[in-house]
Amino acid sequence: MTTMTQDLPQVRGVKQIPVYEGFTSGHRTCQGCESALVMRLMIKAAGPRTIVVGSTGCMYVANTTYYSTPWVVPWMHTQLGSSGSAATGTAAGLASLMRKGKMQEEPINVIAFCGDGGGVDMGLSAISAALQHDEYNLLILCYDNESYANTDIQVSGSSPWGANSTFSPPGKVHRIMNRRWKKNTVPMLAAGHPDVRYVATACGSYGPDFTNKIRRALTIGGPTFIHSIDPCPKGWDYDPKYSHELGMLAVETGIWVQYEIVDGELILNGPSRAIARGIRKRKPVTDYLQRQGRFAHLTEEDLNFFQERIDETWDKWWIPGVVPFGPQEEGG
Amino acid sequence: MATQIANQTEREELISGSEAIAIACSLADVDVITAYPIRPYDTVMQYVSKLKADGAFDCDFIVAESEHSQFEIVKHASAVGARTFCGSSGVGWFYAFEAITVTAGLRLPVVAMVGNRALDDPGAFGVEHNDAMAVRDLGWMLYWVGTAQEALDIALLSWRVAEDPRVFLPMAISCDGSFLTHSQAIVNVPTQEQVDRFLPQYDRGRLLLHPDNPITVAPQVNEDWLMEIRRQTDDAMRRTSDVIREAYDEFKQLFGRGDDSPFIEEYMTDDADIVLVGMGTLAMPVRVAVRRMREQGRKVGFVRVKFFRPFATDEVREALSHCKAVGVIDRDYSYGSPSYGGVLFNEIRSALYTLDNRPLVQSFIAGLGGREVLVRDVEEMTAMVQDSINSGKVAAENTWIGVRE
Repeated sequence: MTTMTQDLPQVRGVKQIPVYEGFTSGHRTCQGCESALVMRLMIKAAGPRTIVVGSTGCMYVANTTYYSTPWVVPWMHTQLGSSGSAATGTAAGLASLMRKGKMQEEPINVIAFCGDGGGVDMGLSAISAALQHDEYNLLILCYDNESYANTDIQVSGSSPWGANSTFSPPGKVHRIMNRRWKKNTVPMLAAGHPDVRYVATACGSYGPDFTNKIRRALTIGGPTFIHSIDPCPKGWDYDPKYSHELGMLAVETGIWVQYEIVDGELILNGPSRAIARGIRKRKPVTDYLQRQGRFAHLTEEDLNFFQERIDETWDKWWIPGVVPFGPQEEGG
Repeated sequence: MATQIANQTEREELISGSEAIAIACSLADVDVITAYPIRPYDTVMQYVSKLKADGAFDCDFIVAESEHSQFEIVKHASAVGARTFCGSSGVGWFYAFEAITVTAGLRLPVVAMVGNRALDDPGAFGVEHNDAMAVRDLGWMLYWVGTAQEALDIALLSWRVAEDPRVFLPMAISCDGSFLTHSQAIVNVPTQEQVDRFLPQYDRGRLLLHPDNPITVAPQVNEDWLMEIRRQTDDAMRRTSDVIREAYDEFKQLFGRGDDSPFIEEYMTDDADIVLVGMGTLAMPVRVAVRRMREQGRKVGFVRVKFFRPFATDEVREALSHCKAVGVIDRDYSYGSPSYGGVLFNEIRSALYTLDNRPLVQSFIAGLGGREVLVRDVEEMTAMVQDSINSGKVAAENTWIGVRE
């Protein structure tokens, strides 16, 4: 690494999450928006010596209005598919200027965020490219609310199977318009970029875990990636007060798996670890799906199908919940 | 390949336009350069990468995974205070177009080279000007280079003007594919000391994105503020003319070369009845043809438009106000445009509209896809303009030259 990273210690419990606020009033996100909480936790963990670049999406349009920015840290917009390039460009500019003595040398955190549309769909190639440049310290955070929520809730490559969206509405002939299964983004990036030292999934419902993941990503060196699941009252159609609970249910049903891949080692976190070890039973997916209006049109058959697919990821995948393929069995 | 830049006496090199710009990057101590391969511009990046590999040039050289990322990376590097360079050609330039347009909107002084190339499909490597011209309305300064020497000189001028706080706009240096990107000519390479005296460090000032200056860049403005911000960019573009003139005068003093005007080059226009107008390397055959016709006693001249943006309206009017007729040679097309004329033609005709004694203006489309424009083509166009003078009106407002029927 050309520049050192900051000293950002791991926290043990919610009381150690910094009091510092880098994302304050001024934003116009919906009531119950978990992505806004993700932004707040992210910058609490990173601290003031940070540059944040945000690609188009809710966390741009709803967050950042002229004359009422919520950002206390330097913040800049980038294009929908450009979180990877924005992080690379920012980090490269700083690295070059510091190396040449044109800017005072200090470790400045560089974070670029994107939604699922900007990250899982359009920005994937630029994120992949950013993850190949191990000379730059940067974090790309994908806040996944499982639709193009800013533009009117349209289906993305990260939307769950069967979800009702304005581009996948249930109709008289086609009940299930979104027949794509959610992209398995984090393992794809981890397997595809073996030199990347830190890749993780996250969920804002678990504050200390989230804080520690941001900090690990920013201190380990090189490019890193975190993918968070962000319940969205508007897109998922539920009472805003249940955002936190739905985040936990996504994990407890085994639909979302919490883990980090540190220097090539997979570490499952929290309830996901307990599920994998058989200490805790997965809740049925209906506990999660039936709390959301976007799945209201699913029939019993659909719900069973969804459950079977989730069971498969835990019972048949080579690494449960993470990697769907493995080596050919002996004699197979 | 140029060797060491450390040598402190101006030296002559036999190099291409692309190599000249690569050397300019090194002399300007550019901080972040991004590359992605497409012919013919990419030769500049081949030279840059070799300069870096040989230790002759310290920059962050990033090979992006697409032109879009290429332009996004330098955009963001520029926002944190880094001097930047990138470039593209043809459809590659178009692939980057989202990033290209926001760079101007963000008022970031990125300097880019366009190795002019036909827009596929059908596939073609040769020069056409439509690629670079696509930025003409967006807030990019746009220059058409005539020689390898000019490529080097204008590159240095680009950072000086683009990074001037009165301007803070990106600039594209257009170089005709093959004719300029790949053709070698003798170039005077200035010394580092000369360049350092001409080119101050890029200082983003109060717009720097840095923890010490925690600003929010490009929030949502919508109808509340967008028009004011557009107007600011327009004001900045209006200011470029004086900044360019000032920088060009200083350049001429320090480096001892340059034309009368940074915006246009006039060739034998003084008493000309017919003035031909064009951009880029087209100037070479046109100048030869003009000389030959002059030898035959015909009063023909040539104006080469160098800065297409800002468009030097007053200078163009002055240069073309004394002749009887103007023939504009476009190395571009503009399907369905007024009179089906070329882009430059319509700009020139529009600029001349307010003159009391307007010359006749005629449009020619020539040399598309890298097809050579020959001396006899220029003579043919001149003869057609002469016919218009003789008959008192332009018979065919637009003619495609050298097309098989």
